[in-house]
Amino acid sequence: MKLDDKLYLVRFNTDKLNHIKIKNGDVCLKCQDKVCTFICPAHVYDWDEEENRISVGYVGCLECGTCRVACPHGNIQWEYPRGGFGVSWKNG
Amino acid sequence: MEKFDVIVVGGGPAGLSAAISAAKAGMKTVVIERGDYPGTKNVMGGVLYTAATNEVVPEFWKEAPLERPVIEQRYAFLSKDEIFSASYRDPAWGVEGQYNAHTVLRVKFDRWLADQAVKAGVMIITETVVEDLLYHGDDVVGVRTGRAEGDLGAKVVIIAEGANNFLAVKAGLAKPLRPDSMAVVVKEIIELPAEKIEDRFCLEPHEGATIELFGDSTDGMMGTAFIYTNKNSISIGVGSIIGAMAKKGWSPNDLLENLKAKPYVKRLIQGGEIKEYLAHMIPEGGYNGMPKLYRQGVLVVGDTAMFVNGLNREGSNLAMISGKIAGQVAAEAIKSGDVSAQGMSVYETRLRDSFIIKDLYKFRKLWPFIEDNPHLLEQYPEIVNQAARMYFTADGTPKAQVFKNIMDMVFKKRTKSGVVKDMYKAWRALK
Repeated sequence: MKLDDKLYLVRFNTDKLNHIKIKNGDVCLKCQDKVCTFICPAHVYDWDEEENRISVGYVGCLECGTCRVACPHGNIQWEYPRGGFGVSWKNG
Repeated sequence: MEKFDVIVVGGGPAGLSAAISAAKAGMKTVVIERGDYPGTKNVMGGVLYTAATNEVVPEFWKEAPLERPVIEQRYAFLSKDEIFSASYRDPAWGVEGQYNAHTVLRVKFDRWLADQAVKAGVMIITETVVEDLLYHGDDVVGVRTGRAEGDLGAKVVIIAEGANNFLAVKAGLAKPLRPDSMAVVVKEIIELPAEKIEDRFCLEPHEGATIELFGDSTDGMMGTAFIYTNKNSISIGVGSIIGAMAKKGWSPNDLLENLKAKPYVKRLIQGGEIKEYLAHMIPEGGYNGMPKLYRQGVLVVGDTAMFVNGLNREGSNLAMISGKIAGQVAAEAIKSGDVSAQGMSVYETRLRDSFIIKDLYKFRKLWPFIEDNPHLLEQYPEIVNQAARMYFTADGTPKAQVFKNIMDMVFKKRTKSGVVKDMYKAWRALK
């Protein structure tokens, strides 16, 4: 099963507000490895070639917090979604 | 502002255990949980230990939503398609009164544990994120939540916020998390009929088994994979240190798919239907990564305190016992009117006297040892598998020669002095 299909199995109460921000887009331009684009279990982060920036699909965030720890530049401001929003596990 | 004796931030096993023990000691206690109800944000591999849980809710097994009692624990070393494994099994572990551990699904179990907390008099506020502690001067006097007029007062705040230690950092107790002391774990719940599970794992109905896999399951990176049997599903997952994965360029989902494709693993989950895909971080900082565990009016428990013994895949039990002790210490401090740092320090003393910090201390050198010697998980699973293969192969080679060939193989892959050095260092790390 592809990752996208796996993510369809996850239950979300999607918030209108984005709980993830890239602090400074210039930092990503110089970032070599772009760890966030592969280490996130939900593939929330993608490098947008046209716009030369990281695109953030916060809606699919599984709230593990790995991105914030993994970013070598501390450039991801990742917070919990507002209370009651975000991922809602069925099994855990 | 509504005032409580004890505010617990986070409705996982640590927080709920803390709340239960505080409420049982007569404290007006509230748990603040950010999910719809306790459990919906919570993930673990899935092993719940009987002794620790029994200390929080005596005879919990009579009512709690458990999956299967674990009667067999297997350790396996993967090398490409090969696998070398050793296991211990005792059906007595599946008999009431002799349980050691159960597999659980946390959404169900945590919700049940929260119900027990409510029965003990705990109030639970859901769908609420705690944003910071409230201070009066230097003293912690409550919490600030994300709700309008959401300040709540407390004499003691117990931080049970889980692996993401936002509050502990803000309170100056913990350092920001580091990629070399945190693991990222992904897991799938794969539905299978009970009879299939029982046949594949050689279990009677209502018995369960666990498998931990090392080596190629994490591409030699520090970490483990696991396969646990639930009633009608299998929990399968893999986790590794974030720093190591970043370096090697692994995606967690790819690592899991890699594991599921291994011949041995494939056969266990074959035909099953994936019901959920989950992700979580595990604190692996160990003894040296522990934050400050208390300050005036504050105690830190569970994952936030880095109370995980990765080697023995213990975490839920450390969480629950640390929570129980914290709830008791909070109640004692409040009753004696001393919630100063001095008054709270009893918490750390009791943890140091318990298996929690004793175990973390015992293994304090083990993680750095494995981290500094990446060849251990890269080479030894291969060596072990090759040795087993040579030992079991009947091709007319005289056994004396087989033993010599095995030793030659070992020393070719890892020089004689290398093996001696590894053994000495391993002994030192565990001494």
